[in-house]
Amino acid sequence: MFVNFFLELRQAKVPVSIKEYLALMEAMDKGVADYSVDEFYYLSRAVLVKDERNLDKFDRVFGHIFKGLEAPAGEGTTAEIPEEWLRKLAEKLLTEEEKKQIEAMGGWEKLMETLKKRLEEQQKRHQGGSKWIGTAGTSPFGAYGFNPEGVRIGQDKNREGRAVKVWDKREYKNLDDTVEIGTRNIKIALRRLRKFAREGAEIELDMPDTIRSTARNAGYLDIKMIPERRNKVKLLLLFDIGGSMDAHIRVCEELFSAARTEFKHLEFFYFHNCLYEKLWKDNRRRHVDTFSTAQLLHTYPPDYKVIFVGDASMSPYEIAYPGGSVEHWNEEAGQVWMQRMADTYRSMVWLNPVPERHWSYTPSIQLLQQLTSSRMFPLTLGGLDSAMKELNK
Amino acid sequence: MKFTGTDSYVASDDLRVAVNAAIALQRPLLIKGEPGTGKTVLAHEVSKAINAPLIEWHIKSTTKAQQGLYEYDAVSRLRDSQLGDERVKDIRNYIKRGKLWDAFTAAERPVLLIDEIDKADIEFPNDLLLELDRMEFYVYETQEVVKAAQRPVVMITSNNEKELPDAFLRRCFFHYIRFPDREIMTQIVDVHFPDLQRNLLREALNIFYDIRDVPGLKKKPSTSELLDWLKLLMVEDISPETLRSKDSKQLIPPLHGALLKNEQDVHLFERLAFMARREQRQ
Repeated sequence: MFVNFFLELRQAKVPVSIKEYLALMEAMDKGVADYSVDEFYYLSRAVLVKDERNLDKFDRVFGHIFKGLEAPAGEGTTAEIPEEWLRKLAEKLLTEEEKKQIEAMGGWEKLMETLKKRLEEQQKRHQGGSKWIGTAGTSPFGAYGFNPEGVRIGQDKNREGRAVKVWDKREYKNLDDTVEIGTRNIKIALRRLRKFAREGAEIELDMPDTIRSTARNAGYLDIKMIPERRNKVKLLLLFDIGGSMDAHIRVCEELFSAARTEFKHLEFFYFHNCLYEKLWKDNRRRHVDTFSTAQLLHTYPPDYKVIFVGDASMSPYEIAYPGGSVEHWNEEAGQVWMQRMADTYRSMVWLNPVPERHWSYTPSIQLLQQLTSSRMFPLTLGGLDSAMKELNK
Repeated sequence: MKFTGTDSYVASDDLRVAVNAAIALQRPLLIKGEPGTGKTVLAHEVSKAINAPLIEWHIKSTTKAQQGLYEYDAVSRLRDSQLGDERVKDIRNYIKRGKLWDAFTAAERPVLLIDEIDKADIEFPNDLLLELDRMEFYVYETQEVVKAAQRPVVMITSNNEKELPDAFLRRCFFHYIRFPDREIMTQIVDVHFPDLQRNLLREALNIFYDIRDVPGLKKKPSTSELLDWLKLLMVEDISPETLRSKDSKQLIPPLHGALLKNEQDVHLFERLAFMARREQRQ
């Protein structure tokens, strides 16, 4: 009966395999889930999802598959609410403090209004003499309810089975990896870049050298150590600054600050819109202190990995024609310089903060896609991951 | 053998289910979450709750998977042979058992904590696949197979500094410890400081969650930092009123050093508090 669930998870790109499905069955068989929906949700989540980025997808699929699956009729206790209790609540409910306790986010104000109205109504009816009965199930207001659309009326004890289903809360939304990145996330992705080169502290035993020295030492042990592996990736960062990039500058700075702590050999330069014959290091002195791109090509050896960060959104002329630059007269077209970079540096990627779905509408993005041989990636965690993989190839 | 949380650890329902599933199905449980949400402590508490000995293996950047199985000290054996020591005849004298070996051969079923697995080399988890799956390994030097008499409860924590390989993840159950909401946080504080004044706790939690909500903090304070701070507040005997009157003289809460761990954050917070106060005046 769970095959659909399994298949739909796979369709939603949650990487589940048969092994995990069988593990879930085994767990059900051993009675870990205790025959309650919530427990089953927790169990299947622990067994099937292995990465917090997939939790949100999982929640969505779970909500879809098990829609309409409600807790059994035990909720009947809410059907009849003692009137005294209700009246006390009516007074209590509208104080500021109680309002604060209500954690539900959406439609809050409206709900409070309706609740007020309904409570008034009910008090009137009570004066009329009829016994007040709560509406079980349909009302968003209930002692044991806590829906996105629901309001909790004080209850003495916290109940597990809240009216809102846990998976519908989608608490893991911000862990999905298609969202844009923060500093911490960038660090994780940049660590992909770590390549280990032998340089640094003495830690490892150098077997060949030890044998050689021991033999030379007339058979008495002479232990030789060699340096432990250390992070030694060389990185060249080129940022597009100013103009259309200003909206993305924060993301770029985060990427930059994250990158700085991650690599020992890191050089960065700024350019505007497209790469031309000049770059600069300090944006305030961009017209005074410049660094020629030709020199850059000669200074940094081809084993440097190059990352461009820019939105690549400009007029195609700025790339394709001499003199196309908006800032100065460039003797050679931007694409010539891009081509030189591509020829020199084998590992080169372009990170673009513009969402990938918009790329096809901007001709300049497509031009630069070609110039970097389709090594342009969106500036999201997923995109960064693929970019790092590309650089590590 | 069911884990339901202990008197010093508040386990949410999902965590409880995940731990019980891992115990019942004898699979490793991988725990991730923000720093300071009690990942490592969980293993201690589970071992206490199910009354099993705890074996801890703390991973560093230089840790190799082999070290968890055993290490063969060839150098000291070579030296002993040169000195003519008797011990040299038995190779077993030079094999040092690792934590996994200890866990596999323990008299009663232990809890094995592999702490901060993401600190190690990227290949580290891959090197442990078979060992964690079949709970056995082969000792080449003595040509024996070490097999777990009873499969230990394996808890693995990760701070997400490295991606773990898929093949490794397949073999684990996974739980992501979410940052506790107010309700659970109150329970957690209750467990640690049962005689804390109600109103002090309320004020402190207000400030704590306010700080966590400040955008752009480098390091958000976590549960363990809140507990430290509360302890300090109690030791210094700070009244709830002092906490509430934060707009009078001080800009930032008293003893903030326990909550904010770097000067940029303190600075940012001061600036925001200053701006908030100015707005109030206007």
